[in-house]
Amino acid sequence: MLNVLLRRLVQAALTVFVVITLVFLLFSVIPGTYASSLQADKRDVSAEVLERIEAELGLNDPLPQRFGRYMAGLVQGDLGTSYATKRPVADMLAGRIWASFRLACGAILFAVCIGLPLGFFAAMRRGTWLDTATMSLAVSGLSIPAFWAGLVLMYLFSLKLHWLPTFGYGSGGLRHLILPAITLGIAPMALLARTTRAAVLETLNADFIRTARSKGMSEQRLVLRHLARNAFVLVLTTIGLQFGSMLGGSVVIEKLFAWPGVGSLLIDSVGLRDLPAVQGAILVIVLFFLLINTLVDLAYLVVDPRIRYR
Amino acid sequence: MTETVLDVRDLAISLCDGPTPVAAVEGVNFSINRGEVFGLVGESGCGKSLCALALAGLLKAPMAISGGQILLEGRDLATLPPREMRHLRGNKVSMIFQEPMTALNPLMTVGDQIGEMFVLHRGLTARAARMKAIEALEQVQVSSPERRINAYPHQLSGGMRQRVMIAIALACDPALLIADEPTTALDVTIQAEIVELVLDLCRARGTAVMMISHDLGLVARICNRVAVMYAGQIVEQRSAGDIFTAPAHPYTRGLVDALPRLGRRLERGQERLTEIGGVVPAIRDFPQGCRFAPRCGRVTPECRAAPVSMTDLNKGGRVRCLHHV
Amino acid sequence: MKAGANLYVGGGIILLIAVLAIFAPLIAPYDPVTSANLMYAEEPPGAQFWLGTDEQGRDIFSRMVYGARISLFIGLAVQVMNTAIGVSLGLSAGYIGGWWDEMVQGLTNLMLSIPTIVFALALMAILGPGLLSLLIALGMTDWAYSCRISRAQVLTQKSLNYVQSARTMGFGPLHVMFRELLPNIAGPLIVVATMGVGSAIMAEASLSFLGLGVVPPNPSWGGMLSSAREQLMVAPWVAIFPGLALFAAVLGFNLLGDGLRDLLDPHGKGRK
Repeated sequence: MLNVLLRRLVQAALTVFVVITLVFLLFSVIPGTYASSLQADKRDVSAEVLERIEAELGLNDPLPQRFGRYMAGLVQGDLGTSYATKRPVADMLAGRIWASFRLACGAILFAVCIGLPLGFFAAMRRGTWLDTATMSLAVSGLSIPAFWAGLVLMYLFSLKLHWLPTFGYGSGGLRHLILPAITLGIAPMALLARTTRAAVLETLNADFIRTARSKGMSEQRLVLRHLARNAFVLVLTTIGLQFGSMLGGSVVIEKLFAWPGVGSLLIDSVGLRDLPAVQGAILVIVLFFLLINTLVDLAYLVVDPRIRYR
Repeated sequence: MTETVLDVRDLAISLCDGPTPVAAVEGVNFSINRGEVFGLVGESGCGKSLCALALAGLLKAPMAISGGQILLEGRDLATLPPREMRHLRGNKVSMIFQEPMTALNPLMTVGDQIGEMFVLHRGLTARAARMKAIEALEQVQVSSPERRINAYPHQLSGGMRQRVMIAIALACDPALLIADEPTTALDVTIQAEIVELVLDLCRARGTAVMMISHDLGLVARICNRVAVMYAGQIVEQRSAGDIFTAPAHPYTRGLVDALPRLGRRLERGQERLTEIGGVVPAIRDFPQGCRFAPRCGRVTPECRAAPVSMTDLNKGGRVRCLHHV
Repeated sequence: MKAGANLYVGGGIILLIAVLAIFAPLIAPYDPVTSANLMYAEEPPGAQFWLGTDEQGRDIFSRMVYGARISLFIGLAVQVMNTAIGVSLGLSAGYIGGWWDEMVQGLTNLMLSIPTIVFALALMAILGPGLLSLLIALGMTDWAYSCRISRAQVLTQKSLNYVQSARTMGFGPLHVMFRELLPNIAGPLIVVATMGVGSAIMAEASLSFLGLGVVPPNPSWGGMLSSAREQLMVAPWVAIFPGLALFAAVLGFNLLGDGLRDLLDPHGKGRK
């Protein structure tokens, strides 16, 4: 077991290294630097100023040297300094990680609380109108462009009904979180409804459910003690994957709702070619994915004895 | 004095997913006495497993009982409300299934799965049920049961798991145990052990056993009486000895001839075992008359004309054939 | 029966969008780009402008019709690229195995750990907006699923007789992979690819929404939505209709994929 975890850790470290290298190379190979993007922005920057900025940021040094400098910093926990704001990237990320994390938690909570019961009841009432309606809802939820759903929700609940604020972070309260979280949670909710339905149907067909029936227990006990946990084990991976990729998936939603998270930092920095900030944001997104997946693996240790004793 | 535990009368099971129900099993009559071992034999798809599930009230839609009675100690299970059936299931009628690998809940310890029976039907607390579970494991000859009680199914071998299944099935001393191909999925070396275990335990408790198998040899060896099913009907019902030495129905005869027996080939000068030509018809394609007619060597026009009913044999038993031996 | 419904509804939606795209110049009443006229800015839907106009006075319906061209083109082209990459990698990884398999799997896991949109975003930033950049950014980043599925399929089929006999007959690995194996594993791949067209359309729209996709005056459904938030109060139709078109297109491919799966794999999870 320890072996598996160790392997995971090594894999994670390798993934992070490759991703960082890849982004670094991509930004270096293609012509254009932070300074030239200032020019492209049609800001009036003279050649001398450009030169000076580049020298200041060390952009004139050869590639291996720049890469080495960045990696050396990274190992010591230094994510570098943003070209655009001149602030340490770690500081810029700190507050944003919390904002993004809140958004992701809200979204996954919405997805699980709605998607799991929907899929479960659809499977239990298989072939009825409830099943058909749920599955139609699920395929619609998977097809609806999140940013458009966000616009529609914004129009309905903010502009027409005045129940919720349109966008922004507010003072960090729940009211501002609701709309973006639901918007971000729609697709995972739909996917979870589908996965749960399939998992429950598969479990219902399992031999051990027939055994449980032959023991003479109530449907309620059958569902609670024998069906639910076995079906949940099948769904857990999907929940983890959805949650893990949410920080990246929220990029567009954060932009739409002007949510000050990692995603909007990524978009803004990408436009500015602010390499350290881009690196930092992608690093956070990938680390979050790897972290959640490791947690899911650990969760399997708790819920599934077949893995616990392997 | 023999006491009838189970009396099945005219049982019919139908596939109810179309506009008109199609009978998959019909006209099934048999009874089992207390402490008796009764065999039900047939090829896969002949309806023997459906009968078993019907007896335990476990038929799944679109299959449903469409006629007849299932009298267990005098109560008709066919018309019993689901709630009451639930109390009998596991308590009075138990089942063992074919696949020990998948028949146990992978996320529960075997102790919990056995103990559940005592919680359900005896109202014991979890603690007391655990003690009883250890006892039950001991009875199915699992070594160091106090330790094994905490094992999960995947940690046990196939034979072990089937022992756990047996412990679950017999936990509440049922009147009837239905064993649906209990050894088919096991290693040949363990099969005999498991069968012996089931028979010993049931003999000790006076539990009647309905042994379902495609293996006529096994059934003839361990059962008192045997019924042979073909295409949803019982075609012959005899004492175990008779059915083996003097099969009356051509189908039974075919089954017996298909069995490898030591020395028999030489005696008959045969090079290979005899098989029955053709295949079992599908439910919707059952012939009008005798269902075995398309595969039968002695078929005559009357056979195809009208359904054949069971007739008594003068040497004891019943057969569904116009030209029986 | 339900499988049939999915197939027909999905196919119908896509057919309709395809017709709009192909005959756009005949269907659209106005030019999508040059018809800008501030006189008619933010007109509500009506007889003159069926679905209203945007903030520059351009007819939304016409822009939507032309937008179908971009969405369909990007969706199909991107998916062809992704499928080609994914299948080549997955097929060879499963068939050859060894270090190559390890490497492909590592690469696949890597791709899966970065959300496609993030990867595409970074690439678009480097390549700059435009159709060609979109093709590269989206066509090279979303192949992990087809790679995994083709690899898994190959592993189950590799030991089957027809593969063995093709090898015995002396066919080279390329022949065995693409002429023997590929046709036999095509079913699940077609399903994945069909649904992938939907995701590609969605990804293009997201990037264009962020201003990193199709260059602005050109009509793209996602791009049409990018300015919608600011006008949501006065001109909600700017937000509603392009989004509906986008939704319908993605739904069409998803339904078609579901329908195909039920059709190609009648014993699979779709009906069990």
